[in-house]
Amino acid sequence: MPDLQNISITSESDARGSFCPGPLMELIRLVRAGAVGDVLAVLSKDDGSKRDIPTWVAKAGHEFLGMEPFENATRFIVRKAK
Amino acid sequence: MAKRIVILGGGMGGTLTANLLAKEFSRKEAEITVISASPRHVYQPGWLYIPFGSGDVTELERPLESLLRKEVKLRIDRVVKLDSDAQTVSLASGKVLPYDYLVLATGSVGAPEMVPGLVEAGDHFYTEAAALALRTKLADFDGGRILIGVAGLPYKCPVAPVEFTFLLEEHLRKRGLRNKTEIRYTFPINAPFTIPTVAPMVEARMLERKIEIETFFNLESIDPGTKVATSLEGSSFPFDIAVFVPPHLGADFLRGHALADKSGWVSVDRESLQVKGTSNVWALGDTVNLPISKAGSTAHFQAPTIAAQVAGAVRARQVAGKHARYDGHVMCFLEAGDSKATLLDFNYSGPPQPKQPNFAMHFGKLAFNSAYWLVVPSGRV
Repeated sequence: MPDLQNISITSESDARGSFCPGPLMELIRLVRAGAVGDVLAVLSKDDGSKRDIPTWVAKAGHEFLGMEPFENATRFIVRKAK
Repeated sequence: MAKRIVILGGGMGGTLTANLLAKEFSRKEAEITVISASPRHVYQPGWLYIPFGSGDVTELERPLESLLRKEVKLRIDRVVKLDSDAQTVSLASGKVLPYDYLVLATGSVGAPEMVPGLVEAGDHFYTEAAALALRTKLADFDGGRILIGVAGLPYKCPVAPVEFTFLLEEHLRKRGLRNKTEIRYTFPINAPFTIPTVAPMVEARMLERKIEIETFFNLESIDPGTKVATSLEGSSFPFDIAVFVPPHLGADFLRGHALADKSGWVSVDRESLQVKGTSNVWALGDTVNLPISKAGSTAHFQAPTIAAQVAGAVRARQVAGKHARYDGHVMCFLEAGDSKATLLDFNYSGPPQPKQPNFAMHFGKLAFNSAYWLVVPSGRV
């Protein structure tokens, strides 16, 4: 697993308390707006994100670098691979 | 000397903010100017109904000047540059306007050209012209495959593709074309809608109406020759009509600006709505980069906070009262077809808990659409 502490994040969305569009939509937004190789992060308090985000990342062919607790939420970190 | 408050944008957010500030200040205290590229104020939620032949587009607009209080100065011009250090706004006419306080309410604009093939082969209802073109196309339609989806994120009015799908299904059924038409609804995530408390109702109602659902579908391109739409997840569907909500961008002078990201979304504090890195600039509505709905109701509920914040800054007083902070409030009707609708009402602390679609809410939405001109821009509600 990558060392999440030392990874440099290109852009991040704080989607805590976001019900619409929601954390996964925010991540997809960042991926679509980013460049190949960018490291993108989203903060989510939604438990469903732990299942939904890695599932979408795998389906869309990007790289899920991991997740880590952050304050009262979880930070999901993804590399845009294509 | 009166403080110069400049508001960029004459949509719902800019108009309401201007009127609230005009009520707050005497002319001696503040001079309020709205800059709008268009002399028209358009009620954009009305475009949803246009493709189905209902509604007159001329009913969806009013002269902006008629909606502004007389204390507000209106200048029809296009912003080409914002210099937040010099505190000036440059306009297309060549005029350079200085300000003491600035409100950014320039909204968002559809950008179908961002997706290959979308302009040539796609349809949408996010402009008056596109909604009218789709009306013509649907009127000539006599069966086939209709594909619906979202072509990029973020987009304005997250419920709109769901509503369009339900209204389309009803429209085709009433014309006797339903059993000759495959309707396929696609959505970017692994559910037919973003909110877990709403998605099951949307899914059940779509399945009941034999609407095909394809989740995890983020449009990558359309081949106008073969009329096939492909997602970045790798699935493809042929169509006769493809209705995709276009990707959206912020105002062009904000794209890549120091106060915004490269798409033009302005970075603000989620409660004070103050633009980060500034002490005298605020932003609201579609203009901001908050991960909340880009919708008129968002701007509607944010405008009182902007007015309170600007008033506090002008008078060098601490901002207090119920509108001092924005709590994430958004309220959206969801048309579910067959003259039924429901209401999504939520904020940062809790998701909506909508009732089952019902007649009362549908007629409530129609009443709101008509009452909008009287009650919203003026700040009566």
